Amino acid sequence: MKQSEVPQDQLAYYGDARRAVYAVDDSGHYTTVASTGWSAEAQVNADAVAEFERLAQEARTRVEQGRSSPLDYHMYARRMDLPMLAQSSGIWRWRVRRHLRPQVFQRLPERLLARYAEALGLSIAALKELP
Amino acid sequence: MIVENFRHRHAGHCESGVTSSLLGHYGLELSEPMALGLSASLTFAHIPFVKVGGLPLTAYRMPPGSIYKGLRKPLGLRMAQQRFRDPDEAMRALDAELAAGRPLGLQTSVYWLPYLPAEMRFHFNAHNIIVFGKDGDDYLVSDPVFDQPQRCPAADLRKARFARGVFAPRGLQYQPQHFERDFDLDAAVRRAIAKTWKMMLYAPVPMVGVGAIRRLAQRIEAFDRKLPDVRLQRLFIGNIVRMQEEIGTGGGGFRFMYSAFLQEAGEKLSQPALLDASTRMTAAGDQWRQFALLGAQFSRKKDITLQQIAEALRTVAQTERAVYLQLKDWSKGRAPADGAQAA
Repeated sequence: MKQSEVPQDQLAYYGDARRAVYAVDDSGHYTTVASTGWSAEAQVNADAVAEFERLAQEARTRVEQGRSSPLDYHMYARRMDLPMLAQSSGIWRWRVRRHLRPQVFQRLPERLLARYAEALGLSIAALKELP
Repeated sequence: MIVENFRHRHAGHCESGVTSSLLGHYGLELSEPMALGLSASLTFAHIPFVKVGGLPLTAYRMPPGSIYKGLRKPLGLRMAQQRFRDPDEAMRALDAELAAGRPLGLQTSVYWLPYLPAEMRFHFNAHNIIVFGKDGDDYLVSDPVFDQPQRCPAADLRKARFARGVFAPRGLQYQPQHFERDFDLDAAVRRAIAKTWKMMLYAPVPMVGVGAIRRLAQRIEAFDRKLPDVRLQRLFIGNIVRMQEEIGTGGGGFRFMYSAFLQEAGEKLSQPALLDASTRMTAAGDQWRQFALLGAQFSRKKDITLQQIAEALRTVAQTERAVYLQLKDWSKGRAPADGAQAA
């Protein structure tokens, strides 16, 4: 990639930040160029973000219909999935899956709620409801 | 408190950037491409049965930690590494080092660092940063992927250092303890390059190396049968591109960085074969970008087919194979080029 070919697509989420990209200058030597981002990168990134938002929205509907506990929503809202939540809270997957049921979640002891709250970076009160 | 003489450097990738920056501070000027090249950390791996967020793990470099660990032999580099059970103790240890005027490398999660834009914050635990000061309740952070130093509140840094899950940092902090100032560059370059081509051409497992790029191409071609849902296809391909282009991981970026390494090594050792290989590796990087472009537009533009994407990957595989064959010839002291051309 030549210095002049380094993408400068002014990605909004970069803000003032720049990214260092290795490219060759006119004499064929490598230097780093500060880039404002590449639209291709932004596109795939937006896809990944949108996928989590979709999952969170679906979870929200389930919670509102009483088919899931709020934990379901918070998990996806924090860009996690079930294996990841299990790992970050240190609670076995089958237990996490069970805790997604509203009836079970309601009866959870503070001790377990605190572990979920810590893993998700929420307060226990916030964990119990939808934002 | 602040480490006065610390200079923030902008880098293409977090771990190589942190390594080069820390070494620079402690008295050894080693460019970022050199850190990547000498540690032989360039690779390609696609591991279908290890899922990250439900998608197969795709990596363009060796696992976290391998850059500074890979410099152990060539530079005699010893990193003093410390992990912690207790977060409070970890933060105290950090403060103590800063008070003594020693900046530290930290492994953190990406998700819990507030200065990163929300769009980039995913649960990835092997980010590397340098902390070089504390101002009130904020730590002064030199994150090599940013062009300016950042500030991070203590509570957030603490959370980021103790995120759990894959690659859990467990508060890892490190700083160079010992290294050779006058290391043998020629020997180091030869050893590292041999390691890289051996891995890329003759890895004993099919998930690693040039063959893995081909297998990935095959897999993408078979999507019509194996993964008919276009949405999932797009996520799968998007994930590969993301691993390639996102901040913190890089990919096309690693190829360019490796070219820069070959160039620097070729000039310092006056080895024209390495300069030639550098030019070819640049071409491979450009082809990776071409693939990323196709991948990003897939299912947005009608005229992009899975075959085209697979073909783009095969082109990359072919170019990279030629580079590694050329490097192999160089290592073996054979006449360059013709072996590589036959690829």
